[in-house]
Amino acid sequence: MPLLETRNLTAFYGDFQALYGIDMMLDKGETVAIIGANGAGKSTFLKAVAGLIHSAADSVLVDGAPIGAKPAAEIVKLGIALVPEGRRLFPSLTVEENLRIGAYGRKMQGPWTLDRVFTVFPVLKERRSSATPTLSGGQQQMAAIGRALMSNPRVLLCDEISLGLAPIIIADVYAVLPQIKAEGTSVVLVEQDIVQAMRVADRVYCFQEGRLSLTGRPRELTREQIHRAYFGS
Amino acid sequence: MTGWLDALIEGVLLGGLYALFAAGLSLIFGVMRLVNLAHGDLIVLAAFVILVVADRLGLNPFVAVVIAFPILFAIGFALQHVLLNRTLGPDLLPPLLVTFGLSIIIQNGLLQLFSADSQRLRSGAIETASIPLGAGIAVGVVPLLTLLSAIAVIVVLNLIFYRTLIGRAFRATSDDLEVAQLMGIDHRRIFATAMGLAFVVAAIAALYLGLRANFDPTIGPARLLYAFEAVIIGGLGSFWGTLAGGIILGLAQTIGARIDPEWQILSGHLAFLAVLVIRPRGLFPRALD
Repeated sequence: MPLLETRNLTAFYGDFQALYGIDMMLDKGETVAIIGANGAGKSTFLKAVAGLIHSAADSVLVDGAPIGAKPAAEIVKLGIALVPEGRRLFPSLTVEENLRIGAYGRKMQGPWTLDRVFTVFPVLKERRSSATPTLSGGQQQMAAIGRALMSNPRVLLCDEISLGLAPIIIADVYAVLPQIKAEGTSVVLVEQDIVQAMRVADRVYCFQEGRLSLTGRPRELTREQIHRAYFGS
Repeated sequence: MTGWLDALIEGVLLGGLYALFAAGLSLIFGVMRLVNLAHGDLIVLAAFVILVVADRLGLNPFVAVVIAFPILFAIGFALQHVLLNRTLGPDLLPPLLVTFGLSIIIQNGLLQLFSADSQRLRSGAIETASIPLGAGIAVGVVPLLTLLSAIAVIVVLNLIFYRTLIGRAFRATSDDLEVAQLMGIDHRRIFATAMGLAFVVAAIAALYLGLRANFDPTIGPARLLYAFEAVIIGGLGSFWGTLAGGIILGLAQTIGARIDPEWQILSGHLAFLAVLVIRPRGLFPRALD
């Protein structure tokens, strides 16, 4: 049984349909990348899984149990954590408080503690008392990932964690993924940076205008296939 | 000279009362961006709750208020959970309309139950007791307790906001409602807890409202106005700013009254206007709002 599964997942913004029947599966310890152009529905997909956008009860399953209708605050307690697009740290909380609040509703036992996050991102320990708006973009992204890890998630959903960062900083941020995977955490990466995504992912899903246009293992997919799935033919 | 000094002291002490009126309003706005138009009436409602508890159980109002705390916390929690949470959203109008309606309902409900007669909380000798400061100046014990209570309330609210888990959740929810939910924070519960807390603060304000002067079911909206002015003068989102705002308002009123008794209320409003013109965001706004 997959750890996380979506079955015929649809999502709407008012009258606008953003997702059309997405089927996805994620096994324990697996890293999956979702790629696609702007507006393809990648972020919407993560938000629907995390409970920020309403979806049908049986369209999202964790360990086979339907969770689609649950609110976001309950879904994180089932071990699904989202690193939102644009980091969205809490500006009136310090770095340490941002990390600690990640464990606010923690129900899952697991390896991630404040000390562990500080070991993985030493710079956050140095800046623990700082206001988050004073951090660099890379540091903010590390804090956002650390905050999500503090809930000890079984699935970490990452929305565009490389967006707006310099390549060398992106490498720093991505360097933590092996450590997260080593703890048995599954990862879903939403990325516009296809090369980065293909390098770390076990499997790739490509979205196009709210529909699944391609899925497969990175090594088995050809350039042409991806190009067609990404941009349409 | 003594008269002016007296006016200054009186103004600062009066400011304590206004800060107490305003603290609950500031708390609610800070956590959920809700402008509670029923806040003044809630203070009057709390005064009646204290009155009933004191009368029925034959207690001093200072004891009665402690018994009223859990009752008012529960009313506040339930009000937010059952009613006000449904009105919150991207549109600012529904909560304004609903709290305005609530204000009318509370006023008329209290009129029905208690009539329009003036009421007062009685606490015996302390009401008229004063402490002489020399040079012909004395401060009343109740006004002094009002200011000290206001300071205590601000200190405790700051401790709750900056030193506790629930306070961290208050700030996170205020910063970013959506991401707060991703942290496992049930925002409806957080809002209800904040409203319960605001009711407890309103109870403290109500205690001094009832000890210092007569009250009746219709005086709520004027208290709301003072509370609102104190919050705006101080700057949204800062509890110490709210205390400063209350004191500035109190000072403006007593100084105005010293010049001409008819100017008391007007000079408070003028001070409010002056601050709005010079610092539209208030004197101590929170940096990020």
